[in-house]
Amino acid sequence: MRPLTLRRLFLQCSLLAAILFVVVVVALKLGAVPVSLYGLGRDLISVLLHQTSALSSDYGMIVIDIRLPRILLAIFVGASLSVAGTSFQALLRNPLADPYVLGVSSGAALGAVLALILEPHLALPVWLAALFTPLGAFLGAAATIAAVYFLGQREGQIDSATLLLAGIISASFLSAIIMFLMTTLSGRDFRGMAFWLMGDLSSSLQPSLRWVLGAGFFVAAGAIYTTASDLNLLLAGEKEAMHLGVDVRRVRLVVYVAASILTGLAVSVSGAIGYVGLLVPHVMRLLFGSDHRTLLPTAAFGGAIALVLADTLARTVVAPSELPVGAMTALAGAPLFIYLLRRGSA
Amino acid sequence: MSSSAQSSSAWPNLGDAPRAGSDVRLSVEQVSYAYSANPSQAPLFTLEANSFQSRPGEIVAILGPNASGKSTLLKLIAGALAPLSGRVLLDGFVTHTLAPRARAQRIAMVQQETPLLFPARAWEFVLQGRHPYGRTLRFENEEDVLVARNALAQVGADHLSDRWMNEISGGERQRVILARALCQQPLLLLLDEPTLHLDIGAQVDLLATLRRLAAENRYTVVVVTHELNLAAEYADQVVLLQKGKSLRVGSPASVYQRDLLEEVFHTPLTVEQGSNGRPRVNLLPAS
Repeated sequence: MRPLTLRRLFLQCSLLAAILFVVVVVALKLGAVPVSLYGLGRDLISVLLHQTSALSSDYGMIVIDIRLPRILLAIFVGASLSVAGTSFQALLRNPLADPYVLGVSSGAALGAVLALILEPHLALPVWLAALFTPLGAFLGAAATIAAVYFLGQREGQIDSATLLLAGIISASFLSAIIMFLMTTLSGRDFRGMAFWLMGDLSSSLQPSLRWVLGAGFFVAAGAIYTTASDLNLLLAGEKEAMHLGVDVRRVRLVVYVAASILTGLAVSVSGAIGYVGLLVPHVMRLLFGSDHRTLLPTAAFGGAIALVLADTLARTVVAPSELPVGAMTALAGAPLFIYLLRRGSA
Repeated sequence: MSSSAQSSSAWPNLGDAPRAGSDVRLSVEQVSYAYSANPSQAPLFTLEANSFQSRPGEIVAILGPNASGKSTLLKLIAGALAPLSGRVLLDGFVTHTLAPRARAQRIAMVQQETPLLFPARAWEFVLQGRHPYGRTLRFENEEDVLVARNALAQVGADHLSDRWMNEISGGERQRVILARALCQQPLLLLLDEPTLHLDIGAQVDLLATLRRLAAENRYTVVVVTHELNLAAEYADQVVLLQKGKSLRVGSPASVYQRDLLEEVFHTPLTVEQGSNGRPRVNLLPAS
C-alpha cells in the first residue's frame, strides 16, 4: 500500500515543470529568426530585472515581445484544455470526453464569434469590451455542456455512446451556425476568423486580458482540484460515489462551471484546438496513475508542454509561413490516439 | 445532571432519541415508495408500507422474485431515496435526511455492479472507503492505511492488495469491494445481490464472511438476494416481498412455508427442516 503523499506529488510536478522549462527555452530559440542561447539568457534576465531597454541581442524584441507571450499563451491554453478534458472524462465517466469532442469548444467559439459581432453595436464600457469575448465564450461553453449532458441521457442515465453522439452532433451544428455568421464578415476578417477557428495562438492580447486569463485559470482549476478525490469516486458511477459520501450534485456543478470557464477562456484566445484535452489526460494516466489528485496537476503541465511543442512546430515547419496550431495537434494527435486505442488503454 | 439529559445532548437533530435499554439499531417504519414516469401519472411501481427492526450483529435477508421491490427497499434503507411515507431510523437518525458524508460514515453499500473506468490497484480501491472521513483535499494518513489493511485482512484479501482490480477473479473482487465497505466503519452494511456473478463456492464463502463480520464488528447487515438456501442458512431475519408487498417478516423457519414460497416464486418446491433447525428449499422438476 503506497498512498499518495504531498512529497510524491511535488516531485512529479517538479519533474514536469523542469521539462516544461526546457521546452520553453527550445521554443524561444527556434523560429524564423535564429537566436543564440547566450543572447536568449541575457535577454530573459534583463526582462526579469525590468530592464527592457537593455535588451542586448538584435532580435531581443522578437523573442520577448512576440515569442514569449505566445509561449505563455500556449501554456495557459494547453493547461486549461487538458484540465477541462480530465475533469470531463471523470465526471461523464467517458474516456473519450474532452471539450472538443463534446462540442463545448464549438459552443465557446460560437459564443466568442457572437460577442465579436455584437460588440461594435453595443456601447460597452472599456473594461467590459475587453472581457466581452471571453464572457461570450464561457456562456457558449456552459450552454453547450448543459445541452449535451441533457441530450446524452437515456432513461435518466448518462449513456456513453449517446453522450458522444450528442457532442459530435452539437459540434457540427454549432460549426454550421459559425460558418453562417462568418458570411457576414469582410474578406480579411473572414480569413482571420477561419484561421482562429482552426486553433491559432498568434493573436496578441491586451495586458488586461492576460490577467483575466491567468486569474481565471487558477480560480477554475483550483475549484476543480478541490473535487479531486470526489472525482476518483465518481469514476465508479454517481450512485457509488454517493454511497461513499460524495455530494454528487455539488461536484457536478463545480466541475461543469469551472471546466466551462477554462474552455471558454482558452477558446476565446486560441480558437478550437482539438486532441490536447483528449490525449494528455490519457498519457498522464499511463505515466502517473488515475488518481485525480495527481492527474489534474500533471495533466495541466502535460497540456502546457504538449501545446508549446505543437505551436513551436506549427510556426517552424513551414517557416516563414505558419500552420494553425489546431492542425498541428490533429496531425500529431490522431495517430497517437489510434495507437492508444489499439493498445487498449484509451 | 441526569443521564437522559446527557444522552439527548449527544444526539442532536433527533426526532426520537434512542429508547433506553433497547438495542434496536435499524428501524424501518411503514416505509413506502412509488415510481412513476412523471408526477402527474399513476405510479408504474409501488412499494407498500414495510416495517421491520434489526439489532447489531444481525443479518436480514430481503427475498422475492424480480420486480418485487427488493432493491427499492434497500435504497430506502440506505437513504438514497426519500420514502413516500414512513421513515428509516438508524440509531435514531432518519437515513434520507443525513448529509452524504454523515450517511457514508454510518451506512456502507455494496452494489450489484461496481464498474471501473480506469485501472486501479486493490489498495487504492479499498482506501476510497476512507473518503467520508477526509477533509476536502486529503492525503491518506497512517490511520487510514491501518484501517484499510485491517479491512483487507478481515475479508481474507491481504494478498490481493497490490493486484489490479480488473485482473482478479469475480469472487476476489467482491472481497475487495466488501473491504472498502468495511473501511467506512459503518453501523449498517447493505448488499444488493452480492452473490450475483459468483460461483457457488464463492457465494457460500461470502455469506460465511458476512456472518463472521456481523458477529465480530457488530454490524447490522441487510442483504438482497435470490439465494433462498443461503438466506435460510445465514440470515437471522427474512423479509419476503412480492410485487411491492411485504408478505412475511420473521425468522427463516417462520417465513419458509411451502405453499407461500410456491405462490411467490411460481415454481413447485418442498421445504424441509435441516438438522440445525434452519429450513432447506428443494426445487421440484416442473411436470
